[in-house]
Formats: sequence, C-alpha cells, structure tokens
Amino acid sequence: MENLEALHENNKMDARVRKNSIWKSIFFLSTLFGLVVLVVLIARVLFQGVSWIDLDFITARLSTNADRAGIMGAILGTVWVMLVVIPVTLIIGVGSAIYLELYSKKGIIRSFIEMNISNLAGVPSIVYGLLGLTVFVRLMDFGNVVLAGGLTLALLVLPILIVSAQEALRAVPGHLSEASYGMGATKWQTIRRIILPAAIPSILTGSILSLSRAIGETAPLTVLGIPALLIPFPGGLFDTFTALPMQIYYWTIDASLVAEYANLAAATIIVLLLILFILNSVAIIIRNKFQQRY
Amino acid sequence: MAKSSGSNLNSAVNVSELIAENKKKKSINNYMEKLVPAILFLLASITVLTTIGILYTLISQAVHFFMEIPILDFFTGTELKPLSQNPEFGILPLLNGTIFSSLIAILVAGPIGIMSAIYLSEYASDKLRRILKPLLEVLAGIPTIVYGFFAFTFVTPLIRSIWPQVEATNILSPGIVMGVMIIPMIASLSEDAMTSVPNGIREGSLAMGTTKLETTIKVVIPAAFSGIMASFVLAISRAIGETMIVTIASGSSKNFTFDLTQSMQTMTAYIVEVSGGEAPAGSTLYYSLYAVALTLFVFTLIMNLLAKYISRKFREEY
Repeated sequence: MENLEALHENNKMDARVRKNSIWKSIFFLSTLFGLVVLVVLIARVLFQGVSWIDLDFITARLSTNADRAGIMGAILGTVWVMLVVIPVTLIIGVGSAIYLELYSKKGIIRSFIEMNISNLAGVPSIVYGLLGLTVFVRLMDFGNVVLAGGLTLALLVLPILIVSAQEALRAVPGHLSEASYGMGATKWQTIRRIILPAAIPSILTGSILSLSRAIGETAPLTVLGIPALLIPFPGGLFDTFTALPMQIYYWTIDASLVAEYANLAAATIIVLLLILFILNSVAIIIRNKFQQRY
Repeated sequence: MAKSSGSNLNSAVNVSELIAENKKKKSINNYMEKLVPAILFLLASITVLTTIGILYTLISQAVHFFMEIPILDFFTGTELKPLSQNPEFGILPLLNGTIFSSLIAILVAGPIGIMSAIYLSEYASDKLRRILKPLLEVLAGIPTIVYGFFAFTFVTPLIRSIWPQVEATNILSPGIVMGVMIIPMIASLSEDAMTSVPNGIREGSLAMGTTKLETTIKVVIPAAFSGIMASFVLAISRAIGETMIVTIASGSSKNFTFDLTQSMQTMTAYIVEVSGGEAPAGSTLYYSLYAVALTLFVFTLIMNLLAKYISRKFREEY
C-alpha cells in the first residue's frame, strides 16, 4: 500500500489527474461556447424582431415607411427562385450522380469529373454571382430576373446535391440490383425501378438541405443587381424579383438611415430562420423514417 | 386451366405478331439502354461546363483589366481608389482586409473548434455527443446574412462598449463572428479525424498509465494531425470566400492599414460594392471586379487543393 502511494507520488499522479479534469471542463466549455453564441444570436433576433411580425408584415408590399413595410414580395421572390432551383438541381444533380455512381467506369473521366465537383464546392459563392452576372444576366440577356437568379443559385448548390445523391445511390445494397439483373432486367430498368426508388428518401433529404442552402444565400444575388425597393410582386420567370436574404441585407445596411429598418431586418430573419427550420426538420424526419430499411 | 389453354391457343395464332411486338419492345429497351447513359453523361458534364464558365468569364474579363492596369501594379499597389478622378487599382488593401478577417476568424475558431472536437471525440458520452454535435452544426446552417446582421447590430456595439476606439464598421467584429461560423467546420472535420484513430492505440496509451488528457495530446492528436490541419485550411478557405458578414460589418474603407479597430474591405466585399453600384460594362472599374474575383478564386482553389494534399499526403495509415 505504501509502495503504491510512493508510486503515485513519483508519477505526480494526483496532479496529472487534476490537470486532466481541469482540461476536461475547458474542453466542455469550448463546446458550449458555440452553442451559447447560437442562443444569444437567436434570442437577440427574436427580441428585436418578434413584435414586428404580424399578418400585415407578412402580406404587405415593400415600403420605405417602416410601419407599413411587408415582405410578401420577398417571400414570393424566394418561392419563384426556388421553383427554378428545385427542378434544375434535381434533374442535373441526380442525373450526374447516377452517371458517376452507376455508369461511368473508374478511370480518368470519372475522377476528373469528381475532382471538378469537389473543387466547385469550394468556390466562393460570390464568384458564382459573377458567373451569373456575366452569363445569364448579360450574355444571355435575361436581365436580373427570377430565371437568372435561380440558375445561378442552382449551379451554386449543384455540387452539394451531386455528392449527397452519390452517397444515397452508393448506400443502396448491391443484392437488390443483383436480384433485378437476375430477373432479366436491363441496367436502366434496374436503376429506374429498383435503385432510384430505394435511394429516393436519402436523395430527398440531401436535396432539401441543399435547397435550404440556396434559400439563405445572399452574396450571388447582390452581384446580379437585385433592386432594393421593388414594389410589384414577381409573377413569372422573367420578372425582376427580390428575395428574403436580399431584403435583410438592404434593411441592415440602411439601418443607419432609419433605425426601425434594423427591426424589420430582424423580423425578416425570424421568417427566414423559421422556413429553414421547417425544411431541415422535414429532412430529418424523412431521413429517420426511411433509415436502414434494408 | 381450360381457359388458359384456350388463350394460349388464341395467342398461338398471333404468335408472329407477339414476336414482332416483343422485338419492338426490346428495340425500344435497347434504344433506351444506349440513350440514357448518353443523356446522363451530358448532365454530368454540366458541372465541368460550370468550371469552364467560371474560368472563362473571370480570365477573359480580367485580361481587359490587365491591359489597362499592369499586373505588377495591381498586385503591389497599396492605393485603391476606383471611383476617384485618377483611379488607382492596387489590390493590397483588399488582400490586407481579407487576410486580417480570416486570421481573426481562425484565431477564434481554431482553438475553440479543436477543443470542441477533443471533447466530442474523447470525453463526451455517446448520448451527449449525439445531442451536442447536431446542435453545433446548426451554427453552420445559419445563413451568413444573419451572421452579418448579428455582427453589425450586436457584436460591434458590444465591443465598442468595452473598447470605445473601435469604429462602427471594423474588421474585428466580422472576424470574430466569422470565426463562430466556422467553428462547426473545424470541430466536425477534426472530430472525424480523431474518431478514426483506432481505439487500440488509445487503449495502449491508457494502459501505460497516462491520463486521458495525455493520451489525447500525445497520441490521438498526432495521429489525427493531417485531418486537423486539413480542417484548418478548409476553414480558412471558407473565411476568405465569405462575403456578407464582412460586407455588412466591415464597411468599404479601402485604407491600407493594420489597425483592427478600423474598417477594412475584403476582396469579396469589394465585388459586392462595385457590382451593386452598377459599374458601366466595359469600364476599368467593371473589369476590376473580375481581376479581384480571379485573385479570390485562385486563393481559395490553392487552399482547397492544399487541404486535399495535406489530408492525403500526411495521413497515418492503420
């Protein structure tokens, strides 16, 4: 027993154990730091904006008068842009993923396309804005309309969607497709009727997540030249538009002119975060509901 | 039974038709089998087209800029006065702002991110980790415009109440907030790197009588080092490309300064300012957008490739 104590003494065991537990609390507090900031951020936004949210705020048109301003135009703009983003990203994204995962042979072409996709995912969003400005707004002469904004955001989130769709396809167990081939089905029949249906829940989850990324994205839209005060509602692909994050941006930078604009920005942030929260919850529900069925 | 044999008889009469029909179906199927991969290949090549599009727009327009402003002047110029009578286009003020904001961000996110990763991977119980990790990742899902609002209307006034010299737009506050934004990135990627260190090594160390802290510092972190470094580099790349936080909270001063309390403009914020001001197409000002964007693109590309190189080159195989 004494020996053991001497050993403890020699190895400074007590001090080392104490050091361990002190650092454990420091590590824990660091983990909490991010969460505390998150709570402060949300509390701050709620505190500042929640009293400004009412039915009028949601349904009214934009106005320079803070008391009468509403965000219906921005909500509709976001919806219209998403109506472009969803089909474009789904078709191109899932199509590319099927090609890469199920058709292309391992080789130069495949690794080139995959390397290209992972590099695209790292390109700053503002650069996509310049691409959109140059190609969609000016070269194709769409102007700063819904279609140009939608296509720009679609290209931006495409890499995310492709990677998640690839993972979804990879997770479909091989015995399903083998059984299908064994029944005499062709490759495309197997993909269309067996692999795709099995992968759809995960693909859906991934596409909702990339969609919510597109909804919150501001930088590319600022480059396209979205007007600050747009009174008419957008009603089609070739109408000019504003979107929720753009509205937050304009109200935030103009808050030094009219103090109430900061509250409007906060209220719009609440609406935006609520939409993102709902979308993410749906994604999580889909994922949990269909997880590990095989 | 009788019925089915009857129908068999019936179909036997049309057997040639059936064969023809079957052949037709097969030929449609065969056709689809060839057509579908071709279509899918075209869809997959759209991403390559996007890259070509980005490179082409940036380079072709930046060339116009560099015909008017020599490359050397652009990269060594400390004066950026795009709107003055005698415009000067030196990118150093923008590089300075970008480097400062990213540096502040990584100083915040680096230690906190890696300590969070250590806690999540080495100390937290499975149950706690399953709660903490998704909560932490909520931070990464918040739109950057919201962080910009937060930096401008909350963090800056907070800093100013402690340190009154700080200006209403400054580089410090967006830097800190950007750091908070990239915490989950570092925490998550580093945690992945640490959890993939095999348990046997950990247990071997613990069995020698080390504490958990010693095992973490001397065994787990060195083994996961490449992953941790890669997460840092990726986070810096993310901070360099971040736009809205710095645009809103750091203003548009183009001074070449090292004073954290002052407004500095980053490359991304410059692009927002100039393109939002509707620079007339064809002017030097308009082309300067592309020169700055090209620099930004090259910067982030190098960082991303570096991250990939680090994680591949220095990975410890077990």
